[in-house]
Amino acid sequence: MTNIEKYKQVFITLFGVKEKELQKLTYQGVDAWDSVGHMGLITELEETFNIMIETDDIIDFNSFLKGYEILSKYVTF
Amino acid sequence: MNIAELPDIQPYSLRKADKEKLLNTTLTSLSRHHYAYCAPYRKMMDGIGFDPKKDYHYVDLMFLPVQLFGMIELCSAPKEEIVRTLTSSGTSGQARSLIFLDKETAANQTKVLTKIMSSFIGTKRAPMIIIDSESVIKNRNLLSANVAAISGFSLFGSTRMFALNEKMELNTELLKSFIEQHESERILIFGFTFKVYRHFYKELIKAGIKPDLSNAVLIHGGGWKKLENESVSAKEFNKKLNDVCGIRRVYNYYGMVEQTGSIYMECEYGHFHTSVFSDIIIRRAHDFSPADVGEEGIIQVLSILPKSYPGHSLLTEDKGILLGEDDCSCGRLGKYFKVTGRLEHAEIRGCSDTYDGKIN
Repeated sequence: MTNIEKYKQVFITLFGVKEKELQKLTYQGVDAWDSVGHMGLITELEETFNIMIETDDIIDFNSFLKGYEILSKYVTF
Repeated sequence: MNIAELPDIQPYSLRKADKEKLLNTTLTSLSRHHYAYCAPYRKMMDGIGFDPKKDYHYVDLMFLPVQLFGMIELCSAPKEEIVRTLTSSGTSGQARSLIFLDKETAANQTKVLTKIMSSFIGTKRAPMIIIDSESVIKNRNLLSANVAAISGFSLFGSTRMFALNEKMELNTELLKSFIEQHESERILIFGFTFKVYRHFYKELIKAGIKPDLSNAVLIHGGGWKKLENESVSAKEFNKKLNDVCGIRRVYNYYGMVEQTGSIYMECEYGHFHTSVFSDIIIRRAHDFSPADVGEEGIIQVLSILPKSYPGHSLLTEDKGILLGEDDCSCGRLGKYFKVTGRLEHAEIRGCSDTYDGKIN
């Protein structure tokens, strides 16, 4: 799996969304992605890519696309 | 108020005159906003003769009694934009506050909480022990203040360990292995005051275990709730914890679900501090005029965050004393104060009060 595929898969598994919905997926946009779901998402991404995301980045991480931009600091897509 | 407009402002960096200017503008504009978008609020404001065109000093703005959020629904955003409803106590016989959050208000709460916390413990995330049960956050129907606080503070955890099982028993084996695993790191511990005392401290004593947490930082808040009769002073609390696990850095905070995010952190000298995002006014009970420094009264809390509900200026049911402004020995600017107790006959409620444990 490429890194971008891994990134997508985390959202699909965690939030039960379809791949075509990812581009428009935002924080609080689906029930599962609430503040508790957000913690789970960050943990999952950190484990998947073996990284540690800064607190400011966790807060700015408010959509699938924004997350991609943020993770580009830590991961080569 | 867009918090993004204050990107670089440090939480304890404004002197009285500058802070007053900021609060006059932001809090008056919040009053106008809620006047325009929340019908019951408008009625109350009309009742006391609020003029939305006038520029007010924030001391003269109306405050709502905090209990009101448990009596009527107060919301200043279209219902379809509400992404989250926070509740305080859900226990029988007590009014349950309903706090409506839209995306902007919810995001600002997290941002401000992070700014305040970072100024005390830094931005570096660390392994975190949460003195609670994971089952608490798994129940998503219960969007309690409890869950909001845990998820907010959890941002600082690089890995998280819930120290209590569903029966609220301390998992000592898990605790030991977590501490061993992170031996060389600074560990963060978060929990509600009465749970830390009852389910962590007392359980450690009972089990006769003394884990080495001399390098850890404990953040706790929410007060004693139903365990008021077991409560100990802040000094004693810190000493007891130090005795059992060597912990030296303990930070208490004062806050409530009606103003999530803009919490009041206790400094190294044992004083609660207002940040640039919040303020307090101690009011005299007989006429609600502002009390002097050193005079006990009822605590009014102000926060620049509540936009989707009219909670920016609230009269609490807590008593407190203003200790000073801009001159605490810790160096932080802003008012600092202490909380001295609850008003008589006030319902027992607050930030972490959803726990329905029985007192043994």
